[in-house]
Amino acid sequence: MNAFDATPLTMFRPASVEALLLDHITWLLIGGAVALLAVMSLLLALALRRHSRPIAAAWWIVGGGLGVPAVLLTTLFLYSVSVTQGLDRARPPDALIVDVVGRMWWWEIHYPDTPGPGRVTLANEIRVPVGRQVLLSLGTADVIHSFWVPAVGGKMDTVPGRDNRLLFTPREPGTYRGICAEYCGTQHARMGLTVVVQTPAEFDAWLERQARDAIPPDDEAARRGRQVFLSRGCDSCHAIRGVAERGRLGPDLTHVASRLELGAGTLRNDHGALARWITTVQDLKPGARMPATHHLIGRDLDDLVAYLEHLR
Amino acid sequence: MTPDTDGLPNPLPRPPDELARLQAAWHQPGGWRWLSVVNNTQIGLLYIATAMLFLLLAGVLGLMMRAQLAIPDNALLSAATYNQVFTMHGTVMMFLFAVPIVEAIAVYLLPAMLGARDLPFPRLSAYAFWAYAIGGLGFFCSLFFGLAPDGGWFMYPPLTSREHSPGLNADFWLLGIGFIEISAIAGAIELIIGIVMMRPPGMTLRLMPIFAWSMLVTAMMIILAFPAIIAGTTLLEMERAFDWPIFEATRGGDPLLWQHLFWFFGHPEVYIIFLPAAGLVSTMVPTLLRTRLVGHDAIVMALFAIGLLSFALWAHHMFTAGLGSLSLSLVSAASLAIALPAGVQIFAWLATIWKGRVSFDTPTLFLLGFLFTFVLGGLTGVMVAVLPFDWQVHDTYFIVAHFHYVIIGGVLFPVFAALYYWAPLVNGHRFSEAMGRWVFGLMFGGFHIAFFPMHITGMLGMPRRVYTYSSDMGWNLLNLISSTGAAVLTAGVALFLFDLVRVARRTEQPHGNPWNAPTLEWVPFGDYGTRSIPQIDSRYPLWDHPALSHEIEQGRHWLPGTATGRRETLVTTAISARPSHILMLPGYGWLPLLAAVGTAGFFLLLTIQAITPAFALGAVAIFCVWKWLGGTDQAPPLRTAEAAAGVSLPIGAHGRASHSWWATVILLVVDTSVLASMAFAHLHVAMLADVCPPPGARLPAGGPLGLAGALFIGSATAWWWAGRGRDQAVLPRWRGILFVLAAGMAIAAFLLGLDAYRDAGLEPTRMGWSATIAALLSYQGFHGVLLTLIALHLTVRAWSGRISPMRRATYDNCALLWHYSCAQGIFIMVLPVLVAAWMR
Repeated sequence: MNAFDATPLTMFRPASVEALLLDHITWLLIGGAVALLAVMSLLLALALRRHSRPIAAAWWIVGGGLGVPAVLLTTLFLYSVSVTQGLDRARPPDALIVDVVGRMWWWEIHYPDTPGPGRVTLANEIRVPVGRQVLLSLGTADVIHSFWVPAVGGKMDTVPGRDNRLLFTPREPGTYRGICAEYCGTQHARMGLTVVVQTPAEFDAWLERQARDAIPPDDEAARRGRQVFLSRGCDSCHAIRGVAERGRLGPDLTHVASRLELGAGTLRNDHGALARWITTVQDLKPGARMPATHHLIGRDLDDLVAYLEHLR
Repeated sequence: MTPDTDGLPNPLPRPPDELARLQAAWHQPGGWRWLSVVNNTQIGLLYIATAMLFLLLAGVLGLMMRAQLAIPDNALLSAATYNQVFTMHGTVMMFLFAVPIVEAIAVYLLPAMLGARDLPFPRLSAYAFWAYAIGGLGFFCSLFFGLAPDGGWFMYPPLTSREHSPGLNADFWLLGIGFIEISAIAGAIELIIGIVMMRPPGMTLRLMPIFAWSMLVTAMMIILAFPAIIAGTTLLEMERAFDWPIFEATRGGDPLLWQHLFWFFGHPEVYIIFLPAAGLVSTMVPTLLRTRLVGHDAIVMALFAIGLLSFALWAHHMFTAGLGSLSLSLVSAASLAIALPAGVQIFAWLATIWKGRVSFDTPTLFLLGFLFTFVLGGLTGVMVAVLPFDWQVHDTYFIVAHFHYVIIGGVLFPVFAALYYWAPLVNGHRFSEAMGRWVFGLMFGGFHIAFFPMHITGMLGMPRRVYTYSSDMGWNLLNLISSTGAAVLTAGVALFLFDLVRVARRTEQPHGNPWNAPTLEWVPFGDYGTRSIPQIDSRYPLWDHPALSHEIEQGRHWLPGTATGRRETLVTTAISARPSHILMLPGYGWLPLLAAVGTAGFFLLLTIQAITPAFALGAVAIFCVWKWLGGTDQAPPLRTAEAAAGVSLPIGAHGRASHSWWATVILLVVDTSVLASMAFAHLHVAMLADVCPPPGARLPAGGPLGLAGALFIGSATAWWWAGRGRDQAVLPRWRGILFVLAAGMAIAAFLLGLDAYRDAGLEPTRMGWSATIAALLSYQGFHGVLLTLIALHLTVRAWSGRISPMRRATYDNCALLWHYSCAQGIFIMVLPVLVAAWMR
């Protein structure tokens, strides 16, 4: 599975229990709107016939303008309330809790309840097991963002000072795209993420790997690359668990090579992508908080990339 | 009404020099001096033209956005530029086009429709227009220096806080928009007084044209809604300038507070621009369909219902902000309910069309285009009012599609219909019908090609406000179609402009009544309005009295000349429109323009932190307003004059009969609304804290607060005392001392209160709670400055014997401001104490 096959940002491919409900109501609304538009257009067309005719004004206004819409709207409101009732109710004992922190312009993801010493921290990618309720706890490190993965449900803003939540229960395995939906500054457009729904066994194995510290380098290039990472100041923003843990401004790179995408959906994380990202970040995502590193060339760059690509 | 052979107010023949004297009184300056005009036909046209200019400018910005989004990964505009462009597109369209164009059309049309010679405050109209035009153009030019705001037209903090938007860009928005709102409010006051007091005799509320109803509701909404954004922008600018954390969560403020204030203005705003458009539609439909409007009363009730409901659904812009689910459901219900009065109007129009006979002239085409497009926009509006659907489409292109359907369909198409329909009033020429069909076809077709696909783009997940997208999203074709449609729409507007230039160059001719319309604006008029002010007994006067136009021109109705040799119009009672008095109106002059230059310059220069020139221009503005006020409140040359044969009316009025008294009352409603918004901010922030006052803050001691309250009461009493006997005789000179005393007490009360809070350790930079109190105290401080200026003005007036039975409007109106400000002072001093007590 990789990002190429990711389900696009459409509302019409629901993959969670909640999104399916939203999908039902979406189609109901589209159908209703089309039908009403047809009726109104027909009325308008009939009204335009060339000869004037008497009308029963009260029927038009009280019936057409007030009565029929009132019945339709009340029904619609009650239906919508009944559909959404309880959608925000968590079943905490078995819900998987994931902390999501919006940042300019990427998503920091934490899994607070993981076994092992380190806290699992990654960027722009959420993996969840199929069938288990997921409780996203949405926060922000800076401005208001809005978390939106159409296939798993509606959107929810991340507001400073508020602890917003979003619940969903994935129904089928797959990779689903998401994006920030609240304008948040220069690179709001490139603030994507992916949700990967896996079988419980796959998920457990993945989480167990993510909980480990970074894999030590096993060849000379990677070893030198780790030195480059530490000596060129990468570690002032980026953390690699077990190597350098003080960097907090940029994404945690402990298992960066295992991720599907780089730069919050800007690049597929295939071979050579890390090198491109490091050297041309300001061309790929102008205004991103990571400085352009044109000075990093030749062997240093090759070694650094060799090291990072080895961090599976 | 005075009997006459025909039962008309004035007999024939008219005195030979009557018309010449009327024309002389309303003479307009020529050449470059024309810029000093103040009367509504001229200012209204300038106002419309300027608003249309901003439509074009913001339209170009929209085209730039569509060019950028036409293909994926486009590098035409950088992210930073695109963000400025979309922010300015929304801001200019909403603040510099939509609200001004509806006010402009009203300023131009309403006096004619109401048979008034002018609006009650011509110089205020001129001032409001110039402030808007100069300030708006200055604001727009920020784009050329890369200084345009880039936080979205909604300017959500913390993105727009000093930390995340350190540049001047956000300040341009906050100061620029804050003051353009003042211009909108001035226009609203003018329109309310005009509609309520300046209708022709006999035009009771029942007979009032529906456009006047719609503008009345709209203006009242402006009065209540715009103060929220004025308060909001002031608070955010205070946060940015002084580091007062009103919207900053880490120090106890709340970013959602901004959203509440913004949308409490922002949602009514949508209806503020739609209701006038609906009024225009209801006015044109009967003429074009050659039949009376079906459901007139139902439409008027629907206008009021929309006005009321629109204040109950601001939070539907915050459906995904994590508010409680009960409040969301209520807002959702209100959002659905507003479809009902909209439905009433649509069915009333449909029924009228059904009843009448249609011929497809250009305005009719635009009206039909409006109906279809607005119905579709209304249906998608119902869709997004349904919470679970909104959670998906919120902040996607579906919303972009929805509100462009509502605003272009619901406002721009009616405005274009109106331009085609009323164009002959300007120089007697209609626009070309042949070209008009093309204009409509290109605009209607282009609009739907551009915006219909956006519904789908949005449901396929494209968020709003993105400067680009990658090619594998599935949005490429849809975006290309949208951009093509935008180009077609532009072609339609360009063709319209071509025709506009062609028609504008033609020589003036009498406008006649080309559509055989029933309303009074089609009566022949000059700079002075109509020759005489008609007596009305019908909703469709020109249909029910075919001779009315001729009678009016002969001068056989009310006030056919000028009694005093100056500009005048007739004031009637609010409900039954009985003649009440003759109002003398000011002539042209430079003060409004100069005051506007001063005001706009003050705000623009303040934004770029050129403090000294800013205050210099501010002083120019204050000086001009002071000069201008010096010319008001004069004793009329005559006590009474004959407005109709045998009917003698007083000239000018006092107290509650005076237009200026009511205008002051409305101004105080604005003031109260600003205060309420700021008090809400305090309450909101206080309620977020677990305890109130929050740890580290204290409430002031009761003693000084009590003393401050006593001084405020003393100040109000001194003011009242100073004015006793003004309706009997000229006020004695020594009373000037009392005005100074009153001012001294008000200032002392304010300083005492301020000191009490400072003694309690109020540190506005430390926490949101303290910051909101500091904001409230600042607002009272602003009133203190105002009261000082007022007291000086009144002292001078008293000293020079200019407060007398015939010249007491200045005192009366200032008394309202004075007593209000003192009451506000007491309220502000005790509010934090009361809130804290209530939370305990």
